[in-house]
Amino acid sequence: MKEIALHLLDIVQNSVTAGADHVEITLDLAPDGMLSVSVKDDGKGMSPELLQRVRSPFVTTRTTRKVGLGIPLLMQNAMASGGGVEIESEVGVGTTITATFNTGSIDCLPVGDLAETMATLILGSPDKPEFTLRCKSALGEMDFSTAEVREALGGVPLTEPEVIQWISQSLKEEIEPILGGILR
Amino acid sequence: MKSLAELEAIRKATINRINLRTEDDSTTTRVVVGMATCGIAAGARPVMLAFMDEIAKRQLSNVTVSQTGCIGMCRLEPMVDVIVPGQDKVTYVHVKPEMVERIVDDHIIHGHPVHEFTIGANE
Repeated sequence: MKEIALHLLDIVQNSVTAGADHVEITLDLAPDGMLSVSVKDDGKGMSPELLQRVRSPFVTTRTTRKVGLGIPLLMQNAMASGGGVEIESEVGVGTTITATFNTGSIDCLPVGDLAETMATLILGSPDKPEFTLRCKSALGEMDFSTAEVREALGGVPLTEPEVIQWISQSLKEEIEPILGGILR
Repeated sequence: MKSLAELEAIRKATINRINLRTEDDSTTTRVVVGMATCGIAAGARPVMLAFMDEIAKRQLSNVTVSQTGCIGMCRLEPMVDVIVPGQDKVTYVHVKPEMVERIVDDHIIHGHPVHEFTIGANE
């Protein structure tokens, strides 16, 4: 992957597959340059046995093939920057995966286009789950929630081109002042 | 979050159009983009959004864009299936955003698949 936002697009689909109703995506840039990227869902969760093996590229829940590279590739890039990946999960409660990146490292990926990632996630799962995106840094913070947008639209689908364009544009404008230094 | 009042304006502008729309599968063209780990890594995200933009720009109301997982030919990603009702499914491979305009114009609107972009021409 060339961007952290592409890893997010990939990893969040695990939450969708797990039947989550709510997925919270948080990017928190600390003053020391460590970026924490977490995805918290209320999906079906993983058993301790699966949780122990889930970092392996030869573990997947799909039945068509025996490889699953989403988490291993995320780990590879987080670790290359001097960070890592933590996963907590409980059956029936949900899963939280947190990747940390040292944005001061030359090997750290750019955050990339979070607005495009959110637009793609919404187009892929228009009705469920609800997504929230929160970005924080010393420069400020922003919150976005598909539930609020859905309510304001009163029956107009989120997938209408005008809505997707509005979401994408407003996210770009709001994220830039907070994470501008590490987006590209 | 940015002004939700703007969404009210979008709602008013689109609600009538949406109420008039008929969900008729026999006339709807489907565009399916591979969006698993392999597709994403190969560049499927901008391809999918390019299809959305092109369809919006031309105001095509009878075309839907959806996503699918990995179908096992990861080396050919980004892959896009175009399914026009009454015709065979066409699979495009190594799709780039700049190829999308031609696929929409030639294939979806005029019914002529772009052979040089298809899996048959690439394998």
